[in-house]
Parts: sequence; structure tokens; C-alpha cells
Amino acid sequence: MIEFLGAHVAVASPAAPGGEVTILEPTTLTLTEHRVAVIGANGSGKSTLARLVNGLVLPTSGYVRVNGLDSHDDGRAVRRQVGFVFSDADSQLVMPTPLEDVTLSLRRLRLGRREREERAREILDRFHLAHLADVSVHALSGGQKQLLALAGVLATEPQVLVCDEPTTLLDLRWRTHVNDLLAGLDQQLVHVTHDLEAAARADRVLVVDQAQVVYDGLPAPAVTFYRELMAQRSAAPGWP
Amino acid sequence: MHRLGAGWKLLALAAVSVVVTWTQQPVVAVCALGAAVAVLMVARVPLRATARTLAPVVVVVLGLGAYQWWARGWQDALVVSAGLLAVIGLATCLTATTRSDQLLEAMTRTAGPLRHVGLRPQTFALAVSLVLRTIPALIDLGWDVRDAARARGLDRSPRALLVPFVLRAVARAHTTADALAARGVLDDDDADSGDDSSGPRSDGGDDGVRAV
Repeated sequence: MIEFLGAHVAVASPAAPGGEVTILEPTTLTLTEHRVAVIGANGSGKSTLARLVNGLVLPTSGYVRVNGLDSHDDGRAVRRQVGFVFSDADSQLVMPTPLEDVTLSLRRLRLGRREREERAREILDRFHLAHLADVSVHALSGGQKQLLALAGVLATEPQVLVCDEPTTLLDLRWRTHVNDLLAGLDQQLVHVTHDLEAAARADRVLVVDQAQVVYDGLPAPAVTFYRELMAQRSAAPGWP
Repeated sequence: MHRLGAGWKLLALAAVSVVVTWTQQPVVAVCALGAAVAVLMVARVPLRATARTLAPVVVVVLGLGAYQWWARGWQDALVVSAGLLAVIGLATCLTATTRSDQLLEAMTRTAGPLRHVGLRPQTFALAVSLVLRTIPALIDLGWDVRDAARARGLDRSPRALLVPFVLRAVARAHTTADALAARGVLDDDDADSGDDSSGPRSDGGDDGVRAV
């Protein structure tokens, strides 16, 4: 269960009125659904909302709790429970080969080297990446890199997975594959996406606009609301 | 060579580097270079591919050698060029025959004393590993930036090449830091030490959690 209790994020900005810019207005939510999608325009605050969940961003005021653990006070414990996948897999993969990258994730489980490697090979096999275990990460395709990033995060068996636009850089084939994979996970999923088809498969959809959650409900009405909102924004004078 | 422990290989590399630098003898530098080539052959490192990868570095070393010849004579030039090439060759052999995971563990052990001056050995070892991983990515970034500048007809402008390269490299470093924090990689050492913060709730981060 993920709880936002008046979570508010602001950054200091001397030029702004009041000396700060609000990135996310105070937000109170309880997410218990298996798959939650977050949609919104670029710069609306949806990534900040996602990053609050695993403590990558801490609330300026208010609280974020994951299964009762506070992201501020129990940061490490929260990060152990919440996996995070970014849109650019290239930045997320830190070791030279897929095997070594997944092995790195397993270090926190405090297993022996041989056991870590065996476990890493099993994980790569599960994601159909076993044949690429010793290939340079640099040589993988974008889709393979994103799949590997996902494998690296899921290797530690987090209870919650947050994905921040994981399919943005992928072609249709890989996008479908990754979305199918995410839909079939046992973990609770918070999926930030511009892909409205993927959002429509969620159990609950949050629409974020101008630093606040402006719609929270079932996928079909949420997507309709978002389309109308974007149509309004596009018709507004001064756009783009 | 693949079976030899990463710690021994690191030690040998350090020893050769010290001997070549300390003695400053052309004979020693040339012998070290010969030994490095022999080790590369014994380890069956593909020489052609390695030479291609190292070509830019070799050009720089030869340029350095030419300068040394002009400034200080052929003996110094030989010591610098052969010595550097020997160390680079051995380092290449080390990375080609050792898994990064093993290298990471060996470096963590080697960097153990750094703990006494407040540096976490694991962080140090991970930083070295990241450098190895980042080099090809930065080369790719350089080509991207050059192509973008060329497409705008700015391929002769150093500013059009340097500014986007630096900005994108820094942005990438930020994203990688976020990814490491998100994966909890930097939490390993102190995972069981309890709460990780006690300060006021603010936009400041702790333990690698970046402030907004």
C-alpha cells in the first residue's frame, strides 16, 4: 500500500513569487490497486509523484509511506521494497555486461558470488536474455536494454515497481512486449506513461496536470478526461 | 589468465607501473612493453580488435613520445612511450580477462584502508566500474553531438561541440546517480545500520537521495 499524506514538493527559486516553485501541490492518496497508471503532460509533475514513492524525491512537507514505511525516515527500507525503472535504460545499466549488471543488483541480498551469478543467469533466462549474458551492454538494442533494466530491478523481488515512462524510447514491438510484461507482474505497479493504451489496462488512473492530481478514477473515464484536458490546453491562446 | 585472481592481476599491474616509473630506464620500459604484448597473446586477447580500440590512445602516447624526444631526448621518449603502452596493454588484459564483478570485489578489498579516511571502499570500486562502463557511452555521445552540429552546419564551431557534450554528459551522470540510488546499490554497506536520517523534512536529500 502506498500512501501520500499531504505530500508537497517545492524547490527554492529566488526569482519565483514566494521564493519557491511548487513541483507537486499537497497530495493525499492511498494506492492499494495492483496496477496504477499515472498520465499527464510533460512537466506536469507525474515523474515527481513517481519518484516520491521510492524516496528519490523527498516531500518538502507531508509524508509518503510504502507498506507503513516512511520514505524519509526509512529510506533504505523503502528502496528495498520499491524498484524503479527509468525511461532511459542506458543510464540505468551500470555494469559492462548483462550478467554483471543483474549480479550487482543481487549484492544487497548478501549471497555468495557463485550463488549470485547462478541467480543472475536464472533471471536473465526468465527474461529471455540468457544468450546475451556476456555481451557488452553497449551492444544491446534499446528494447533489450530496457528489458535488462527491468530484470535488474526485479532481481531483488521488490514489492512495488515504479516505472517512469519505460516505453518512451521503444519501438512498437518492444513497447508491446514491455507493457505485456508489466501487466503480468505480481508486484504492485505504478506506471507513469504517455501510452494511453497501457494506461487503459490499469486498475486505477491518476491524471496529473500543473503539479496536481486533477483526476483519479477508472481508466476509461480518466483517459477521456485527459484527452479533453489536452484538447483544451492545445486550443488555449499562446500554445505552443 | 582468466583463472588468475583479480587481486593478483591488479597487483601485477601496479607493480609494473611502479617499476617502469621508478627506474626510468629505456631497457626496463621496452622489456615491460614486450612482456605486456606476451601477456596479451597468452591471454588470447584478440590483438586486432584491441589495437583498433586502443588506436586513439596509442596516437596520443606516440605524440607524447615525439614531444619528449624533441624536449628531452630519445631515451626519455622511449621510457614514456614504451612504459605507458606497457601499462595500457596490461590494463587492457586485466579488463579483458576479468569479470567486472570480480574486479569490483578485488578493488573493494584493495580500497579497504580508504575507510579510515572516510571513503567507502565499495563506492570507490563502483566509481571505477562506472568509468569503464561510461567510456563507450561517452564516445557515442561525442559522435551524436558531432552529427547534430554537422546537421546544423556548425561542425567547425568548438562551442557547438563542447557545450552540448558537457551538458549531456552531466545530465547522464545525474540520471545514473538517480538510478544507483533507486537500485539501492549505495545502501549495501550500511544496510542494517538502522534509520538513515533524522533531520528535518525538507528538500535536502540524504544517503544519495538527491534533493529536488
